[in-house]
Amino acid sequence: MAKQPENVLVFIEMDHGKVAEVSLELVCQARELADTLGVNVDAIILSGTNVDIHGETIISYGCDTVHTACDGRLEFYETLPYAKIVSDFIRESKPQIVLFGATAIGRDMAPRVASDLRTGLTADCTDLQIGDHEDKKQKKTFKNILYQIRPAFGGNIIAAIITPEHKPQMATVREGVIKLSAQDRNRNGAIKPFENIKWDELQFINTVLERTIHEKKVNLKGASIVVAGGGGVASKEDFDLIKQLAATLGGVVGASRAAVDNGYIGKEHQVGQTGTTIRPKLYIACGISGAIQHRAGMDQSGKIIAINNDPEAPIFNVAHYGIVGDLHKVLPMMIKAYKGKS
Amino acid sequence: MPLKLIVLAKQVPDTHNVTADAMKADGTVNRGALPAIFNPEDLNALEMALEIKDRTDATVTVMTMGPPRAANILREAMYMGADAGILITDRHFAGADTLATSYTLALGIEKVGDVNLILCGRQAIDGDTAQIGPQVAGKLGINQLTYVEEVVNIDKKAITLKRTLGRVSETVETSLPLLITVTSSANRPRTFGAKRLMKYKKARTSIEAEKEIKSSSTTGEYGMELLLDEIEQKKKVLKSKGLFIETWSADDVGADHEQIGLPGSPTKVKKVQSVVFAASELKKVEPTPEGIREMIVELIEDRTFG
Ligand SMILES: Cc1cc2nc3c(=O)[nH]c(=O)nc-3n(C[C@H](O)[C@H](O)[C@H](O)COP(=O)(O)OP(=O)(O)OC[C@H]3O[C@@H](n4cnc5c(N)ncnc54)[C@H](O)[C@@H]3O)c2cc1C
Ligand SMILES: Cc1cc2nc3c(=O)[nH]c(=O)nc-3n(C[C@H](O)[C@H](O)[C@H](O)COP(=O)(O)OP(=O)(O)OC[C@H]3O[C@@H](n4cnc5c(N)ncnc54)[C@H](O)[C@@H]3O)c2cc1C
Repeated sequence: MAKQPENVLVFIEMDHGKVAEVSLELVCQARELADTLGVNVDAIILSGTNVDIHGETIISYGCDTVHTACDGRLEFYETLPYAKIVSDFIRESKPQIVLFGATAIGRDMAPRVASDLRTGLTADCTDLQIGDHEDKKQKKTFKNILYQIRPAFGGNIIAAIITPEHKPQMATVREGVIKLSAQDRNRNGAIKPFENIKWDELQFINTVLERTIHEKKVNLKGASIVVAGGGGVASKEDFDLIKQLAATLGGVVGASRAAVDNGYIGKEHQVGQTGTTIRPKLYIACGISGAIQHRAGMDQSGKIIAINNDPEAPIFNVAHYGIVGDLHKVLPMMIKAYKGKS
Repeated sequence: MPLKLIVLAKQVPDTHNVTADAMKADGTVNRGALPAIFNPEDLNALEMALEIKDRTDATVTVMTMGPPRAANILREAMYMGADAGILITDRHFAGADTLATSYTLALGIEKVGDVNLILCGRQAIDGDTAQIGPQVAGKLGINQLTYVEEVVNIDKKAITLKRTLGRVSETVETSLPLLITVTSSANRPRTFGAKRLMKYKKARTSIEAEKEIKSSSTTGEYGMELLLDEIEQKKKVLKSKGLFIETWSADDVGADHEQIGLPGSPTKVKKVQSVVFAASELKKVEPTPEGIREMIVELIEDRTFG
């Protein structure tokens, strides 16, 4: 019998009736890794209802086979049954790489699956690559393994982590760090139910007495222009300037943590390590110093304009246009200039 | 029987307050210069445990795996209200990833025995993985609930709590035993109690007790037996006053040496780079109407706005 190919597997997370954006990003990343390795991309999706239409979307981004587990009991995420189904699927399909989104659910479930399979798990990666590793002590070279790149130490260091001697190599990957590739609606792929679920072994032991689903109000990730304000904005009233510029440019309002902590705007607008990671075409940072944790969420933007009255502010090190000046004066000038020109 | 609670806590370098003194000339962080602190969210976990203890019959034990100096956070926990501390320490633990760390902590919890609720912080501010909680629960084969904000109700059999998982906030009822991870928004950790501080600053691990006896002793090598006697005596006294911090090695918790430290860790750190400011090509724009107009025109022309 031919050896089972060691594929790249993506856990697909459902975000209330839709496939989570991060899961599609992971499919694109998995496609690249799989092409380098000469293997296929598999996906597994757990859901309360039939997901075949979503299967088509997943395939269009580069997946070969979508495995589905659809049952009313799986409508809402619960750690024990979800982790057990995914672990069992991995035992059966033997992928060499498994990727999860570094979302609340991904970071709840993946550690449990890795512990069950007794393999390594790298947390919250921002980049994945294939490479070789030479172990000098063992005088051994590991070919084509996964470099899992992640920030740690409060964002002050970037580490490359490897899992050379265990399979699968598992990682959770941060949302927004991988670019979605173009969709190909004509791609061929299969959708297959995962048959071997051991229902009698699954423990559904949580009773949810109340559940509220919060709306995602701001669409920072989808915006091509983001105007962000920071601690340099003098007051909540002055933060209106940020909103006005955003409205003028057809952009979305972002914020640093200082602006959120000052109560200028809600946390859902925060950009950075503990907020959202974005890569808009244009990012305008107004009165933002450019702390490491903020830059982690925006330094991949196409163009960055920084407005800061301190010429030494670190934000200027990642900016393409630097305006040293008082934002309260500069922003009205920008609004006026744009209205006059467009 | 009171409810038995264990809080898992880690001593970490204070990576959130990287001051100028902790920076090296090349703009990278000198980790050694950062003070060692109680991992912030572990204080929230401890506070949650102490609140349970305030309203029902419960004991709170804080457990840490780390070097001998990690005993400092155990004393701090006792100043806040914890009943006891356990230090798991062994140089064989060095290089542990989360799989090896959770294996070790799970053995420690099993050695304590009959624990009803285990509380962890959501995430440690050095490793930043948030994996230990779920993996300890996995090793123990018990249920877990992460991102917990409030315990509404608890008794011997069941617990009701509030948690937020991404966009979903839930009130969940489930059975014990259980492991939970606690977020920083859950509560405001209490300060040290003055009386408790006076009492528990004398708490010692067996390593510390041994060191103190040895350094104050004048008997030379040949008085070793006497010394050992004295150490045992001191431990007994500490225990009787509730001031002894249990100190366990890999063998004390019955660890398989293949599953701890570097050999037990599937993940390896291949390379570490400090984050240095990556300079981009910066165009200076004058803060004048003309300067700004020029920039806007450029951005319209290159279709950045389009
Ligand atoms: C674990 C961790 C996670 C974090 N996560 C995030 C995160 O996700 N996002 C985030 O943003 N931060 C995060 N932070 C906080 C981060 O370290 C910084 O404290 C924060 O980004 C500072 O925001 P700021 O630059 O807007 O404010 P400040 O540090 O207050 O800087 C204000 C800036 O405005 C300038 N300024 C003042 N007045 C004016 C004026 N009139 N005109 C123009 N400029 C002016 C000043 O020169 C200064 O550079 C995190 C921190 C930690 C430890
Ligand atoms: C740069 C770097 C990157 C790393 N990346 C990874 C990685 O991707 N994957 C991996 O498996 N390992 C990784 N490690 C190793 C990992 O940091 C250690 O295993 C560490 O002991 C536990 O992980 P953590 O600090 O992330 O804790 P977390 O999982 O973030 O801690 C969560 C909670 O668990 C409890 N806890 C954690 N550690 C202890 C302890 N020692 N004693 C008591 N309670 C504790 C606390 O309540 C804490 O709040 C990395 C280490 C470094 C230096």
